[in-house]
Amino acid sequence: MMAEKMRSGPAAGGAVTGGTITGHRGLQLEEPLIFEQDSPGATGVDLPQPAAVAERLGELKRQGPIGLPGLSEPQVVRHYTRISQKNYGIDSGFYPLGSCTMKHNPRINEKLARLPGLGDLHPLQPQSTTQGMFELMDTLVHWLKTITGMPAVAMSPAAGAHGELCGMMCIRAAHEATGDPRKKVLVPESAHGTNPATAAACGYAVESIPANDRGRVDLSAFKEKLADDVAGIMLTNPNTCGLFENDIIDIADAIHGIGGFFYCDGANLNAIMGKARPGDLGVDCMHINLHKTFSTPHGGGGPGAGPVVLSEALAPFAPLPYVIHGDAGFRLVEHEGQSGGQPFGRLKGFHGQVGMFIRALAYMMSHGADGLRQVSEDAVLNANYLLAQLKDTLSASFDGPCMHEALFDDHFLKDTGVTTLDFAKAMIDEGFHPMTMYFPLVVHGAMLMEPTETESKASLDEYINAVKGLAAQARSGAVDAFHAAPRFTPRRRLDETSAARHPVLRWRPPQEEVAAE
Amino acid sequence: MRYLPLTDEDRRRMLAAIGASSIDDLYRDIPEKVRLGGLLDLPGHAGELEVERAITAMAARNLGTGAAPAFLGAGAYRHHIPASVDYLIQRGEFLTAYTPYQPEVSQGTLQALFEFQTQVAAITGMAAANASMYDGATSAAEAVMMANRVTRKSRAVVSGGLHPHYREVMATHARFLGFDLVAADPGPAGGEDLIPMIDDQTSCVVIQSPDLFGRLHDLRPIAAACHEKGALLIAVVTEIVSLGVVESPGAMGADIVAAEGQSLGVPLSFGGPHVGLLATRDRYLRQMPGRVAGQTEDVDGRRGWVLTLSTREQHIRREKATSNICTNSGLCALAFTIHMALLGEEGFVRLARLNHAAAVTLAGRLAEIGGVEVLNDTFFNEFTIRLPKPAAVVVEALAEKGILGGVPLSRFYPDDDDLSNLMIVAVTEVNTGSDMDALASALREIL
Repeated sequence: MMAEKMRSGPAAGGAVTGGTITGHRGLQLEEPLIFEQDSPGATGVDLPQPAAVAERLGELKRQGPIGLPGLSEPQVVRHYTRISQKNYGIDSGFYPLGSCTMKHNPRINEKLARLPGLGDLHPLQPQSTTQGMFELMDTLVHWLKTITGMPAVAMSPAAGAHGELCGMMCIRAAHEATGDPRKKVLVPESAHGTNPATAAACGYAVESIPANDRGRVDLSAFKEKLADDVAGIMLTNPNTCGLFENDIIDIADAIHGIGGFFYCDGANLNAIMGKARPGDLGVDCMHINLHKTFSTPHGGGGPGAGPVVLSEALAPFAPLPYVIHGDAGFRLVEHEGQSGGQPFGRLKGFHGQVGMFIRALAYMMSHGADGLRQVSEDAVLNANYLLAQLKDTLSASFDGPCMHEALFDDHFLKDTGVTTLDFAKAMIDEGFHPMTMYFPLVVHGAMLMEPTETESKASLDEYINAVKGLAAQARSGAVDAFHAAPRFTPRRRLDETSAARHPVLRWRPPQEEVAAE
Repeated sequence: MRYLPLTDEDRRRMLAAIGASSIDDLYRDIPEKVRLGGLLDLPGHAGELEVERAITAMAARNLGTGAAPAFLGAGAYRHHIPASVDYLIQRGEFLTAYTPYQPEVSQGTLQALFEFQTQVAAITGMAAANASMYDGATSAAEAVMMANRVTRKSRAVVSGGLHPHYREVMATHARFLGFDLVAADPGPAGGEDLIPMIDDQTSCVVIQSPDLFGRLHDLRPIAAACHEKGALLIAVVTEIVSLGVVESPGAMGADIVAAEGQSLGVPLSFGGPHVGLLATRDRYLRQMPGRVAGQTEDVDGRRGWVLTLSTREQHIRREKATSNICTNSGLCALAFTIHMALLGEEGFVRLARLNHAAAVTLAGRLAEIGGVEVLNDTFFNEFTIRLPKPAAVVVEALAEKGILGGVPLSRFYPDDDDLSNLMIVAVTEVNTGSDMDALASALREIL
């Protein structure tokens, strides 16, 4: 049985010697699935007996059991507490995951998002009863416009990739409005995978632009691709190598010169708040990951929020709904024709990730204009400190200062038998979350480190010391130790190949397992 | 500043270690002419107390559903969330973790997602589910695009009882990807027959049950008609609690279920973040959008979980991915899972029965009011009533009395005069008998 197998402790040859009777190892507690802890009839809620009524379900009453396990509240609390302890979060330690901006998530933001009058608002209440919420959304819009120097914001996208979709749909709608929909979008090869996927989801063909030897867009290769059928460029700036695209104004001018638009991926806004505004760089639209730059928690993979700032040229095409100032307070525009503009449609149910808006606004108000600039400066300072301290040990991919993240490649591991993956797994044993690996694709065996502004110098020094030590171990020929890493985690390296080849995506009762075999 | 650990002394020493003369030296790649000199025109930093005061003042200008008898549904439902749900999801190990790309340090998130997928598959009656989508509307739109890929056809037929936001999101994707969306008119009186609309080019039929008006649908005839023409049946569920007492879409022949999971564990939060569910049959797994957790073993032979089938996803497949989705709704999925774990089989079924019983009671009481007509023959926990005057006016009048009465259909269809007197009324376990008294007596006064 599965549960027994899992409780059986480390097998022979495992890195940790000396098994225990229970399979637990001190504070590292093994925990079966809730389905394996079923006490039929047990429940973690006390609900009253429903009144006897004449049912109105027609012929559609459920037949047969569902298959959900019964557990009491203490069992549920212990279960999720135990499994939570198998996770590494920002609260646990340093999380230098490049391109992800894993910064501290303040708890006041959580508290405020749950306030009565915010967390319990229904999206379809009469608008007269939600004026305070509209004010909050409008205030956030003002902060985002001011930080980016852009005239408009579409608030409804649910995440970064959803914001990309919103921006590219605005671009396509703007071209269609002139009768010239265009076919192609240019995307640098260093781009995050969502960029080409988004362009394809908007019906565009994708053309890749190479990077130059300085880690930036190859300007002449870019200009060669410019043609009448190019709708625009999707460019991340600062880019995924952690570098500012210093030709950005030329790039913007060139794309505008052929009647195209400049989509800026704003994933790395954390480097430049209060230092430069995308609106001054010729950007037409840019999504902002509130879950990166503005500290709304990543939550193990979401929810995020991806508002998109828009230029004057694209603003009329912004999707529904949006808040405007009406005669009697704020008003939510939910239908075409209720206000000016030619909205391209709707992207999401209701009005956006409002709970994330509350958290992001609390974060912005906490920092203010002075603090936001300090955030970017400290994020850039921390990254450059890592770069300076590690460039002689690891192999820095490009010269010069970086922005908020530092990129290394695997040249320093040449002939050691240790890969970027091995190195990252060894970092886990040293108590750190690994950096981003094998991304961006423009350097070999990439290691992208983003410390963010919320790490102390002591924390960075500890990390630097560990990375230097691991590099020395790799060079000293300790290849087996790297291949065995991680050794001290709740699970060691997992077999991803067989997981994909024979997908098991849900638990089934043991008798069904047998029947299925 | 409380979130910034570096001191000025740290900054000075770090700049020296870098060999930079000043912080602006590190920004030298930004063209001089676009570098900002002074501060942005925004207020300065503020303490926790000041921030709390400012946002609390905004909250005070709203009427929350917790402070009024509230009967709002139409895709978002207020249910009681056990205190332990909100406590557990705020554990830092869950709250502050990234997507579980490093499985050795993410077994907590991955195990919870595996449990989530199992629960979703069980209640929908499907073989498997993904690890969540942004919300029900985006999940339904992704389901249509998935059906287009599976069938290699591009004409979606949509019920008039589908939530208008869901239909509008599909229409957006249809516009930009160039597939056809054929939508029936809204039919609050019932009797919709989609079967004649299915042809050989149809990739899928999308039908919601309980539908926008609260009516339940037997999916079996439409499933058979779809399968006869090589189309998939997409069942949409906006009130997931209904599946405690209503037959599952899978048991009635659905090929894909796209649902909103907000009702379990997730607060209303003015419409987001919520959590989209997407479940399907085994044979379509590899055409699913989004992340999915799968079971495997580690090098010591111990069971564990990883993100799997990633060759469908954008970070591997780039422009050939099944979807551009990356971030999903992980923490809301966790809340859903924990709430469902607390309920268990018995609690989930009883919760559904409580909701249904409350709705039957309220429908009976409202039907007694002169001029009010309940349109539904069947419903779960919401139904549509016809009023003798425009529902939007009635809702505003109710709000003035401190009652959040329901959703006027005109909120979705402002230009359809036939719908202007209709109101969708939802009732859940949180509504008390005195809430119902308040609504009934206020309606009597207003009408």
